[in-house]
Amino acid sequence: MLRALLLTVSVVAIAHGELCKPDAQNAFKVRISIKTALGDNAYAWDANEEYLFKAMVAFAMRRYSSKSTTQISNVLLCNVTDRVSFWFVVTDSSKNVTTVPGSVVEAAIRMNRNRINSAFLLSDKTLQFLKITSTLSPPVEPSTPVWLIVFGVVLCLIVAGIVFLIVSGIQKHKKKNKESTERENLEEKVEVTVTLENGLPCEVLDLKAGHINGVFPADDERFTSL
Amino acid sequence: LSATPEIPKEDGRPKWDNKFQYILSCIGFAVGLGNVWRFPYLCQIHGGGAFLIPYFIALLFEGIPLLHLELALGQCLRKGSIGAWNTISPYLGGVGVGSWVVSILVSLYYNTVLTWVMWYFINSFQEPLPWSVCPLNENRTGFNKECYESTAVNYFWYRKTLNITPDIAESGTLQWWLILCLATCWAIVYLCTIRGIETTGKAIYVTAIFPYLVLTIFLIQGLTLPGATDGLVYLFTPNLNTLKNPRVWLDAATQIFFSLSLAFGGLIAFSSYNPQKNDCEKDAVTVAIVNSMTSLYASIPVFSVLGFKATTAYWDCLDRNIISIINDFDLPEESIMRQNYTSWISFLNSSHPEKIAGLKLKSCDLQEFLDQNVSGTGLAFIVFTQAIILMPGSQAWAILFFIMLFSLGLSSMFGNVEGVFTPLLELQIVSKSTPKELLSGIICLISFLIALCFTLGSGSYWIDIFDRYAGSVPLLVIAFFEVIGVVYVYKIKRFSKDVKWMTGRKLHLYWQITWRFISPLLLLIVFMAFVTLLMLKPPSYAAWNPKYEGFPMKEEKVYPPWVQAICVLLAALPCVCVPLVALFHLIKQKRRSKDTSLVSPEVFSCQGANS
Repeated sequence: MLRALLLTVSVVAIAHGELCKPDAQNAFKVRISIKTALGDNAYAWDANEEYLFKAMVAFAMRRYSSKSTTQISNVLLCNVTDRVSFWFVVTDSSKNVTTVPGSVVEAAIRMNRNRINSAFLLSDKTLQFLKITSTLSPPVEPSTPVWLIVFGVVLCLIVAGIVFLIVSGIQKHKKKNKESTERENLEEKVEVTVTLENGLPCEVLDLKAGHINGVFPADDERFTSL
Repeated sequence: LSATPEIPKEDGRPKWDNKFQYILSCIGFAVGLGNVWRFPYLCQIHGGGAFLIPYFIALLFEGIPLLHLELALGQCLRKGSIGAWNTISPYLGGVGVGSWVVSILVSLYYNTVLTWVMWYFINSFQEPLPWSVCPLNENRTGFNKECYESTAVNYFWYRKTLNITPDIAESGTLQWWLILCLATCWAIVYLCTIRGIETTGKAIYVTAIFPYLVLTIFLIQGLTLPGATDGLVYLFTPNLNTLKNPRVWLDAATQIFFSLSLAFGGLIAFSSYNPQKNDCEKDAVTVAIVNSMTSLYASIPVFSVLGFKATTAYWDCLDRNIISIINDFDLPEESIMRQNYTSWISFLNSSHPEKIAGLKLKSCDLQEFLDQNVSGTGLAFIVFTQAIILMPGSQAWAILFFIMLFSLGLSSMFGNVEGVFTPLLELQIVSKSTPKELLSGIICLISFLIALCFTLGSGSYWIDIFDRYAGSVPLLVIAFFEVIGVVYVYKIKRFSKDVKWMTGRKLHLYWQITWRFISPLLLLIVFMAFVTLLMLKPPSYAAWNPKYEGFPMKEEKVYPPWVQAICVLLAALPCVCVPLVALFHLIKQKRRSKDTSLVSPEVFSCQGANS
């Protein structure tokens, strides 16, 4: 009885060893960087964390396929290093000693990546499944691009400035015109007074009304003829 | 008998509100983007502190004399560039026309650079900064390919901002976001230059002083960043061997010349609004020294930030190697740190050399990262933006940095636009009743429409062409003719008397010697060396081509012949104005067949100009 038990255990152990080894079929390598993610709050990676990991993988498998009956014991971990990196496979308990196809595991992990990450307080970068690429979240795009808003503000300020300057320029121009017409009127008045000679306006001095004084010689007789 | 009131005879010419406004305008015009992104680069590649020697020699023998000449000329003749040179001699009117053409060409492309600055500025209000993350590709499994292969910063600059085409012959389409920003920039320029110096004089208080504030803030911040001291030590360590290379002297001379914005006609325009009894000698020395000090002052924060960036890149390189080793050897985390990296590497190399070789680790050398040098738009829009992402509170730093660049460029634009505006006002093309606002509006509108071609996909290649050909060679030619014209046509004795009347002191021997011999000779040598170098290199450009095998390196392409023809045209057009106008006047005089005196009568010397 005891021998049979020992035999089963050793078979299981060997199978375990064969199923889970680096670069085995349907095996995935995981790399965890706890100190990078958490700094001073980093926890140590021990058997308890490994147990949680197995539980999360089993959870992911169950959540992905409702038919799945993955147990924690189905998830095998091996080659745990100081880096904290290890390989894991998911065995299928219904078919003896085989592993679940890698594509199924990958899809399950992908679907539940967020939950797995948050269980360990890590992110996609610090909890790496080396063959499984993650979909990147799109950047947050506001409905109106921010730069258009800023641009609108700047443009409004500038247009307001230009309009203000042009209007003030026109007003100054009008004021200057008004002032210069006033000054012209003043000058006209001055000119009108200038045309007064000896208290008499020039128009009054009508040359036709006078007599030509014959004592003074006419212009052409001024010079003595040769 | 007359009772008319005595109306005092006025010049009608606008004037500065006070002397400080005038000095600030000249300083703002001289201090531009080149002080921030060209001078530090030249210091870096030409032996650090040693570069200051040829720089100050060039300042003394080329920069200050030419600056004094222009300021004195404008102040004495009280006209813009075209009017001033026509007054000296109608045969030299071409020098003024050449300056005017160069000012137009430079205004066109300079404002497009400000468009890029404005685009980055309004994008700095986002969290996270758009140039810090790569966008995802279509099926969201990874990042956009072009972005992933280069960097997020490069992608934002070449794709999201410029949407650059792989070849200059492919024009691409007009980029609507750049058109919007271009319209805004020209609207800002119009707002500030709407009434000439009346409005720029007020705007300059902000745009000329603000950059110094921001530079100081960046200086304080930069010095606190890790790795800043490495950058500064690297910058200022003099390597006197570089002085043996004549290229260094040429670069110093051209840097001084272009940095002071000589031969644009803008300085003549600014000083023409001065009262004649003004000490232009002191002004010239002040402006030149402030310009050079600003260059030095700006290079300190620039190099602190570059040193910080190099250190961060070095640490990233180390960290990536460390992760590779830890992952491959399955060592516990944090067993290899940056400090003991070298000892670990040597240990592992001796124990597992093949495994280490298989990892293909990159060699991380801080000196190599510090040696990477960039100038111009690459410095501002690629290197600096990358450094800003790494600083805490990056939005604030980005906003400050881009406002500073915008102010620096805007105050230089004022000088450029004044160089276009003032001669037009004097040429009496428009009647006196046309308001100034309309004229400046028309200039800004026409410039905006022409500058739309810089918003095409190939726009930045064209801006490089304009910068290299229109904004360099013609200026040297015009400056040479300026000095020759004043010294030998107007005659230095007459000019000395004018300057003595304006400043109240006899002209120092230093000015006589530099104006008569040293500056023209220096200009001639610099011009010939510059043109030789320009022609020795086949005219090529570096294109951003995602389909190139060596991507993300840029592809070296040669300009097609029609583009080369345009380059020659751009360089030759302002220069050819000088002989053309002289020829035109010669023909006119021959037709009139009056006595052909080279110089108009002496009526218009400074003392007699206003009588």
